[in-house]
Amino acid sequence: MSIGGSGYKAWLIQRVSAVYMALFLIYFVAGWLVCAPQGFADWAAWMSSLPMALATAMFFIAMLGHAWVGMRDVLIDYVKSTALRFALMAGLAFSLMALGLWAVKVLLVGNL
Amino acid sequence: MNKNTLQKRPVYLNLLKIRQPVTALASIAHRISGVFLFLSIPCLIWLLDQSLTSEASYETVIAQLASPVSKLLLIALAWSAAHHLFAGIRFLFLDVDVGVELAAARRSALIVNVLGALVALMAMVAVL
Repeated sequence: MSIGGSGYKAWLIQRVSAVYMALFLIYFVAGWLVCAPQGFADWAAWMSSLPMALATAMFFIAMLGHAWVGMRDVLIDYVKSTALRFALMAGLAFSLMALGLWAVKVLLVGNL
Repeated sequence: MNKNTLQKRPVYLNLLKIRQPVTALASIAHRISGVFLFLSIPCLIWLLDQSLTSEASYETVIAQLASPVSKLLLIALAWSAAHHLFAGIRFLFLDVDVGVELAAARRSALIVNVLGALVALMAMVAVL
């Protein structure tokens, strides 16, 4: 394994995003258990505060980086045809970028 | 590429015929739950979108989540997230050489599998 190689970078992205998502998820679930939002106004108020909206948007961005590495591993393992694997990975990359933009729009741009 | 890697090697990967040790179950379940979580991302963002758009769309989301299919998917989602999280934490420890001895690795894999199933059970009790 070479430091700076693409395999090392993928490995690192996987771990760093995993730690962020784990911490956010623990915070989110704990917050929910302590005081579950009651109804739309309560839920929207919680999610629209800037720190929470930012942290949640970051959660989705971390998730997309994490999903990219994980799904790339799965495709490399099971899809033997190079052309098909390339097409699926390109589709995966564009889908993840679209999902990321959507999440950012919902949390930081639209609706609120 | 040297000559050895070009030789045809025997491949025996019929997963149904290989007896899976507890560590392999933790590992393959980590992969399956990961793929399920990936597929659920668009649904989750859509739910988030609808739940924040207006009071009416929020109520629609709440009603949709109460359908039997949604409940089943929520249980699957709870198991997937929980198993993926616990197994992921286990892999982070293995990365830094903690718990790599066979007995310890088997014990932690069993704990991860049981905790994942426990969360699924809790989700089942919560939604049904």
